[in-house]
Amino acid sequence: MSLTSDDVYKIAHLARIEVNNSTDEAGKTEVSVWLDQLNSILGLIEQMQVTETENLDPMAHALDSVLRLREDEVTESDHLDAFQAIAPEVEAGLYLVPKVIE
Amino acid sequence: MEWEVVIGLEVHAQLATRSKIFSGAATAYGAAPNTQACAIDIALPGVLPVLNREAVQYALRFGLAIGAKINPKSIFARKNYFYPDLPKGYQISQYELPIVAEGKLIIDTSQGEKTIRITRAHLEEDAGKSLHEDFHGKTGIDLNRAGTPLLEIVSEPDMRSAEEAVAYAKTLHTLVRYLEICDGNMQEGSFRCDANVSVRPKGQAEYGTRCEIKNLNSFRFLERAIEFETSRQIDLIESGNKIIQETRLYDSERDETRSMRSKEEANDYRYFPDPDLLPLVIDPSWIDKIHQSLPELPYAKRKRYVEKLGLTIYDASVLTTSKALANWFEATLNALEDQMKDPKLCANWIMGEVSGRLNRDSKDISECPIQPESLAQLLKRIKDGTISGNTAKEIFDTMWSGEEEPDAIIEKKGLKQISDNQALETIIEQILAGNDEQIAQYRAGKDRVLSFFVGQVMKATQGRANPAQVNEILRKKMAP
Repeated sequence: MSLTSDDVYKIAHLARIEVNNSTDEAGKTEVSVWLDQLNSILGLIEQMQVTETENLDPMAHALDSVLRLREDEVTESDHLDAFQAIAPEVEAGLYLVPKVIE
Repeated sequence: MEWEVVIGLEVHAQLATRSKIFSGAATAYGAAPNTQACAIDIALPGVLPVLNREAVQYALRFGLAIGAKINPKSIFARKNYFYPDLPKGYQISQYELPIVAEGKLIIDTSQGEKTIRITRAHLEEDAGKSLHEDFHGKTGIDLNRAGTPLLEIVSEPDMRSAEEAVAYAKTLHTLVRYLEICDGNMQEGSFRCDANVSVRPKGQAEYGTRCEIKNLNSFRFLERAIEFETSRQIDLIESGNKIIQETRLYDSERDETRSMRSKEEANDYRYFPDPDLLPLVIDPSWIDKIHQSLPELPYAKRKRYVEKLGLTIYDASVLTTSKALANWFEATLNALEDQMKDPKLCANWIMGEVSGRLNRDSKDISECPIQPESLAQLLKRIKDGTISGNTAKEIFDTMWSGEEEPDAIIEKKGLKQISDNQALETIIEQILAGNDEQIAQYRAGKDRVLSFFVGQVMKATQGRANPAQVNEILRKKMAP
C-alpha cells in the first residue's frame, strides 16, 4: 500500500498541519518529502507483515502490563488563578477562544 | 406505501463518581467555571491520566445488570478531533474492545414485552462546555465538565416506533438509577440521548440511510424528534429525493430537526490505542463480587409484584419506576402484620393519595412528610374496621400537614367507626321510627329506600357507622 499526495493533504488537514507549497533547494515540496517519508514507514510495516502472528494476541501497548486504578477520591484543589494567568485571554473564569460557529 | 421506522439509541449516562474518570478533580454540578478543572482536565503538558476504579465498577454493574459479556481485557483509545472544549485534541474513549458488549434490555410496550439488544457500553470522558454568548465576538470555555466519566450505551437498531424508543430510554433511565451509577438528571445533562433514525418500506430487509439526532434532553423531546424526523424522511423519499446521512439537531421550540453544520470530515476520528493507558484487565473475582452486590432489578421486582403480590402490571410498573418508591411501598407492606397485608390497598394508597400529594407539592418520595409505618397504621385501621375508607382520607390529610399518628388523630377527633351492633341498632331504630311510609315502600320492593336509610344513619353518626353493618341491620329490621 502506498499513499498519494492527496492522502497527505487530507492527513495534514485532519491534523491541522499547515502545508507549505514552495520547493526546497532540491526542488521538492513539503508534501512530496512527507509522501516519501510516510511511504517508507508503510513499506517498513509491509515488511513486518511477513512475520508469523497467527497464534499471537495483538498488544494494545508496548508494555506487557496492566492498568493501575486509583480510588474515587477528590485529590485536586482549585488552581484557577494559576491556570488563568498563563491563558491568552480569560473572562469571568472562562477561557476565551476564537468564536466557534455552529 | 407503508413505511417502517428503524431506531437505534446512543445514551450517554454520566457516572455518579465523586472525582473525574482520569483525574482527582471534583465532578460536582454547578461549580464556578473552571474551578473543578485540574492540570489533567485542561491538558497541560506532561500530565498522565489514571483511571478511576469506581467508574470501572459502575460500568461493570451496568454490564452485569443487562446480562452482557464483560470483556476481560478492554482498551482505551484516542478519538481525535479539534474543538475548543476538548483541550487535548482527542477524547479518551473505547473503540475496538469496550468494557461491556452484547447485553439486552426488556421493555414494556403497548404490544407487550420486547427485547432490545445493547451492542456495547464503553467508558469515556466528557468534554467541556462552550458558551456561545457574546464575549466580544469570542467563545467562552468552561472545562469543569471535561473528564467527567460517561458510560456510552449503544443499542442495536431494534426499535420500530417513537413509543418503543421512549420505553427503551425510560427503562434504561430507571435501571441506571436502581444501580445507583447515574443520577439520571436530564436537565443537568446526566442522561443524554442521541437517536439514529431511518425509514424503509415495510417488509424491506435493508435499512434506509439514517440520520443522527442530537440534543434530546427529555423523553418528550425524544418522542417528538423521532416523529418529526420520520415524517421528514418519508416526505423526502416520496417526493423523489434521497436521504443524506448527517447529524441533525432537535429544536424543541420549533419542534423540528435541522441539519447541523457538519464538522468537516468529522467522522475521520483516527482512533488508536492511547499509549498513556495500559489495557484494563478485569479480574473474574471482581465481577463475582459485583454480581453478588447487585440489587433486585426493576424487571425482576415488577415481575415479583405481579406474581407474588398479585398487583396488576400497571401498578407494578408505576411502583417500580424508582427504587425509592418501591422501597416505600415495601416498607408499608412490611409494617403490616401478615393477616393485614393487602398489597393492592397499599398500592392504591401510595399511587393515589401519597403520589398525588407529592406531585401537588412538587416533592420527591424521599421528602414525604409521612413515614411508611404511619401509612401502614392507617391502613390497618381500615382493615380492622375501626375507620371507613373515607374517614381514612380525612385522617390522611391531617397526617400530611402534621406529625400526628393515625391512632392519635382517630382518638382526638372521635372518628372511630361505630361497629358496636347494640349502639347501631339503637340509632337505626330511632331513624326507622319516624319513617313508616318509607318502610312500607321498601317492603313493596323499592330497594332504593335502603340507601336513603343508610344515608340517614351516616348523617346521624357523622359518617362513622360501619357501612356493612348498617346495611345488615337495616335489612333485618325492615324485613316484612
